[in-house]
Amino acid sequence: MAHYLGIDVGSVSTNIVIIDDNGEVREAIYLRTQGQPIKAVQEGLRMLANKEKEYCIKGVGTTGSGRQLAAVIVGADVVKNEITAHAVAAQKEVPDVQTVIEIGGQDSKIIILRDGVVTDFAMNTVCAAGTGSFLDQQANRLGIPIEEFGSLALKSQNPVRIAGRCAVFAESDMIHKQQLGHKLEDIIRGLCQALVRNYLNNVGKGKEILPRVVFQGGVAANLGMKAAFEEALQMEVYVPKYHHVMGAIGAALLAKDAGVKNTNFRGFRASELFFTADSFECRGCSNRCEVVNIKMDGKIIARWGDRCNKWKTMENSF
Amino acid sequence: MRKVSFPFVGTANIPFENLMRAFGNDVILPSRPTKETLSLGTKYAPEFACLPFKIVLGTYIEVLEKGANTLVSTGGVGPCRAGLYTALQEKILKSLGYEFEMITLEPPSRYLKDLIQNIKKLINVKLSFKDYIRIAKFIWKELQLLDKAEKLSHKVRPLEVKKGEASLAYKKAVDLVREAKDLKELLEVEREIENLFDKIDKKDIDPIKIGIVGEIYVLLEPSANLEIEEMLGDLGVYAERSMFLAGYTFYNAIMDLFRRPGEMDVKKEAMPYFKEMCGGHGRESVGNAIIFAKRGFDGVIQLSPFTCIPEIVAKSILPRVCEKYNIGFLPVTLDEQTGKEGLRTRIEAFVDLLSARKKKNFIKGDAKNGALFGY
Repeated sequence: MAHYLGIDVGSVSTNIVIIDDNGEVREAIYLRTQGQPIKAVQEGLRMLANKEKEYCIKGVGTTGSGRQLAAVIVGADVVKNEITAHAVAAQKEVPDVQTVIEIGGQDSKIIILRDGVVTDFAMNTVCAAGTGSFLDQQANRLGIPIEEFGSLALKSQNPVRIAGRCAVFAESDMIHKQQLGHKLEDIIRGLCQALVRNYLNNVGKGKEILPRVVFQGGVAANLGMKAAFEEALQMEVYVPKYHHVMGAIGAALLAKDAGVKNTNFRGFRASELFFTADSFECRGCSNRCEVVNIKMDGKIIARWGDRCNKWKTMENSF
Repeated sequence: MRKVSFPFVGTANIPFENLMRAFGNDVILPSRPTKETLSLGTKYAPEFACLPFKIVLGTYIEVLEKGANTLVSTGGVGPCRAGLYTALQEKILKSLGYEFEMITLEPPSRYLKDLIQNIKKLINVKLSFKDYIRIAKFIWKELQLLDKAEKLSHKVRPLEVKKGEASLAYKKAVDLVREAKDLKELLEVEREIENLFDKIDKKDIDPIKIGIVGEIYVLLEPSANLEIEEMLGDLGVYAERSMFLAGYTFYNAIMDLFRRPGEMDVKKEAMPYFKEMCGGHGRESVGNAIIFAKRGFDGVIQLSPFTCIPEIVAKSILPRVCEKYNIGFLPVTLDEQTGKEGLRTRIEAFVDLLSARKKKNFIKGDAKNGALFGY
């Protein structure tokens, strides 16, 4: 049976999935990127290496902000942006989906689908309040494991109103409410409501949110956020089982649909190869491009960043 | 001797340099804005000034360091604060200890006397009437050729078989224009430019068409808009800008002089949505989006500097307009914080969205006005 690998390299997490011909998820790995995407991807492959015989990988797709890098390291066939990948995955799970809410580590997105086609989307632009990193940071500050954050919010009877316009103000408002003596669960519930309010005002502004609504991304695990969305939208919000790796599933589905004949996949042994990256500023003209070299075992295998293709084309000579 | 310098806006520096030299000035050429230019500008600009302000301020510091003693820029009227920027920049730069003269060229219809006086300051040789005609013809042709080369590059880039050829041809075309000495040479260059783009191997496809509207500086200066046109072209998209140098100069200087409103058709299209002018190019953004839609484009991208009021007004109207004409809409806000990867993600997703729509065969546009008319 043919299998497809999907890799989503985000700012906070790196996710790897393997799906089969029917689109069923066979493996799902969720790792922290920790600022080292190359290491994270290799770590994920290493975890799968012992199952190499079980799976026959026919295609590989990458997505996320680190998609280019990941594509070079594993040898990908399809490189797609995360908006398309998330839309594809949501639609596979819920065919009649009309709205996708996706909140990741650094970005939050809304995707509007009608009759199975993406008709509109938006991403947060200048403010990061309401993304996974911010919730993570607050959980950390309050000394609560992020996994319990959401269930604690559900215990609250009297949520406190938190200003959620900006991460910095939200935090100072939270501290203020703590000092006044409000209960922790009320503050957390209030924070969830504020972040949802902020999301709907900034990211979802002007968009027609119709059911069914699918909520995915790492933050979807947070029961408090799910409840706050349901409360604000007055409709059911569906959280898929594999909500945290939907981007990777989308990438794998795209690789499957691309009908790849011969995959570029380097195999799971790519985890043992030695990859490095370095960069330099090209002073050839006033563009001053920052060119990045990706090396495999000391040999340059990819280069990007230059506008004039002076360096990019050199990869042919290696 | 006057050592004149000016902001760097796309390829406009070529004709402007020639004009200043023909008027008998020394020219200190600004270089293409880099990250350092922007850092310099951001360091001394007010926090909420827009991106063009910061880039231009950075450029001024760079040219003053290189020895310029006269800075020439355009002013403006109306609610857009850009009209006051030269005054503010002059204050900031003088407080930093630079000594120079700031010459602001205001729109001719309201400040004709000031404008003539200011231009007089920049004319430092004796010129006959015939000379003026010769210079005007030459500069005008240069503007036109630069626009032509750019438009051709936009048209060819999505079709090129070998990636990068259109960008190379464009670079060469600009060099040819820069090196031409007189009108006769320019006429020869025109043919050469056409040849350059003709020679490129092209695919026979009907690309997705995206119109780009927005604030003029971020539209015209690729270093400010993260080379969005190249990015689109590389994705196989035909991208057309609503503003070009020659057109802009024509409407905003010459038509204005005769008190004729520039770009009548654009303003007329925007009228149902935008009755008042709001400064900047807010109304033009809406009008141009409608024109793109009527010509059968698949989508519109709006480029706006962060905190730009005219574009914010337009941004609130554009989704409605684009919905009515059934074309896609993507607003892009630019600031010194903007990362190219985030922009690429949005652009790619937007292109995916448009091709999915196209596949579903949305019927739209006016068949008579094919999207690629003109060139």
